[in-house]
Amino acid sequence: MNPTPFHAAATAQTPFTQGLPGPWTAILVAVALAIYPLVMNSLDQPFYINLGSRVLIFALAASALNLALGYGGMISLGHAAFLGIGGYAVAVLAHNGVYDAWLSFPLAIGLAAATALLIGVVSLRTQGVYFIMITLAFAQVFYYLAISLPEFGGEDGLQLARRSTLPGLDLSSALSFYFFVLFTAGLAFVLLYRLVASRFGRAIVAIRENERRMAAIGYPVFRLKLAAFALSGGLCGLAGALLANASTSITPHTLTWHQSGLLIVMVILGGSGYFWGGLTGAAVYLILEETISDHTEHWNLILGAMLLFIVMAAPDGVMSLRQHLYRPASARADSGAGRRVANPDEGATK
Amino acid sequence: MIYLIIEQALNGLQYGLMLFLLAAGLTLVFGIMDLINLAHGSLYMIGAFLAAAFYQSIGSFFPALLLAIVFTALIGMILERLLYRRLQRMSHLSQVLATFALILIANETIKIVFGAQPLMIGMPPSLSGAIEIVPDELYYPSYRLLIIVVGLAVALGLYLLVNCTRIGMWMRAGASNPGMTAVMGVRIKPLFTFVFALGAALCALAGALLGPLLAVSVGMGESILIPAFEVIVIGGIGSMRGALVGSLLVGMIDTVGKLVLTLGLRSVVDSATASTLGPTLASMAVSLLMVAVLYFRPTGLFPARG
Repeated sequence: MNPTPFHAAATAQTPFTQGLPGPWTAILVAVALAIYPLVMNSLDQPFYINLGSRVLIFALAASALNLALGYGGMISLGHAAFLGIGGYAVAVLAHNGVYDAWLSFPLAIGLAAATALLIGVVSLRTQGVYFIMITLAFAQVFYYLAISLPEFGGEDGLQLARRSTLPGLDLSSALSFYFFVLFTAGLAFVLLYRLVASRFGRAIVAIRENERRMAAIGYPVFRLKLAAFALSGGLCGLAGALLANASTSITPHTLTWHQSGLLIVMVILGGSGYFWGGLTGAAVYLILEETISDHTEHWNLILGAMLLFIVMAAPDGVMSLRQHLYRPASARADSGAGRRVANPDEGATK
Repeated sequence: MIYLIIEQALNGLQYGLMLFLLAAGLTLVFGIMDLINLAHGSLYMIGAFLAAAFYQSIGSFFPALLLAIVFTALIGMILERLLYRRLQRMSHLSQVLATFALILIANETIKIVFGAQPLMIGMPPSLSGAIEIVPDELYYPSYRLLIIVVGLAVALGLYLLVNCTRIGMWMRAGASNPGMTAVMGVRIKPLFTFVFALGAALCALAGALLGPLLAVSVGMGESILIPAFEVIVIGGIGSMRGALVGSLLVGMIDTVGKLVLTLGLRSVVDSATASTLGPTLASMAVSLLMVAVLYFRPTGLFPARG
């Protein structure tokens, strides 16, 4: 086995500075996200407030995946498992009469992170295609578990009688729940930002670029990747806990590999390895889905065509187009973005 | 009791061989072209729908089967020329996304063309009976036996193709080192097209043969895709022998495991719980087998690349 990164051309994709937003962008995004529900509330459109909550939740899930996939280069086709574990943790507790968010949310995050740690210990021993497949297989295990155990409601999933409770806060209205999601996701985004900007984050990116070299320098490559994977899983679990609250239900559908695929789609739509990639991707995806399914029931056809076009036209994600526009043609010609770079030991990579 | 297990073992063999038809194409495309084709299951679905459509218009099973195979192979060829050839040069992530997109497109297109209702393919009347294997004790549907026979014949045919012909030699060479194979003078692009068309044809064969047993419905491809992937990862990507062993292993664990686990669990928990838990544990066992194989032998049981 050869520890060549899956994507040697990714250097051009996200240089360190490109991957991090400036403080003003963050403030602007936060203000916009805080004003949005107030506007919708004054227009009396609770539907759009709920849509906003869903966008934020999936933004969190996609950003969590982005940490593993975009920054760490670990193509996980099993992140739906962590989403589902978080959701089911909240739902099962609620089913047993425990609605306290101080109990259920840490449990959801902890369970998802612990599962990710265990899955990571096994999966990170493999490379490339095998990693994709093994994460997929693990996610399937949890899917089968969810559809079969009567405690988890089988095919129908579990209904929550009401949302989780916090002392002094009523989450039942769309507006207050939106702000709860915004606050929680905001905290997670700050954490993600600190992670990505730290030595840890840079080491993760460097491992994506050249794992062998990082190992030679003396970085504990396996442990760093494992930590990133577990953190990614834990944050996905938080998103799952929020998701179960948003729809006051959880179904095994959350755990399907289709869902894992959609999370990757969101990351790529937004730009893998870009800090706002998850948020952009989730927003673009959910808003498109909402508007297009109003006009036609064949939303998946349009999504498929769009996705195919993106992969063919911009293999590194939509965000990379921006860089393409800025860069002179000569630099573009030899970058070979998205192509697998000729590698002396290419034959041994599989 | 023992006959029940034998019957389930035959079912397992039949399921395993059908999995093999998919896994064989998948492992070749995976191994030779280094391409993750999530849409392989869609070709299986397209094959089944084409067979159902032809069956409804001509009313006869075997010609419909043949037509479905030919047309699916053509579709595979066109896809390879238009799309996969370009995808091949891209990263694995792009391949996952593009073929995921293909699944969405294929599912919706089938829904538009054939509607959301499942289609039925009638069994050929001469095969709708059952054959008495052990007098008065064990009857087995002759149609399922036909599937087993066809599956074994295809496995044998593929074995001969891969091991005893020139094309097979190129395929093995391509699976172990595509770059070197091209340098040694094998025209690898037509080989890719051939391999892809062959894989599509095998998909259609499996889809059409299973048509009378299952309902031909949208999404049927995805339910068999995951086991097929597990098979090729267990067997070793690119290895035909691995695909066969993996398919039979997965087929047996899934089918016989369901029965044995359900019966076994009945002595521990009540029978309603056992009958939901048994099949699940069997499906999970397959996934866990793959995980175990990858953990101890990261390139599968029969690695194609030494």
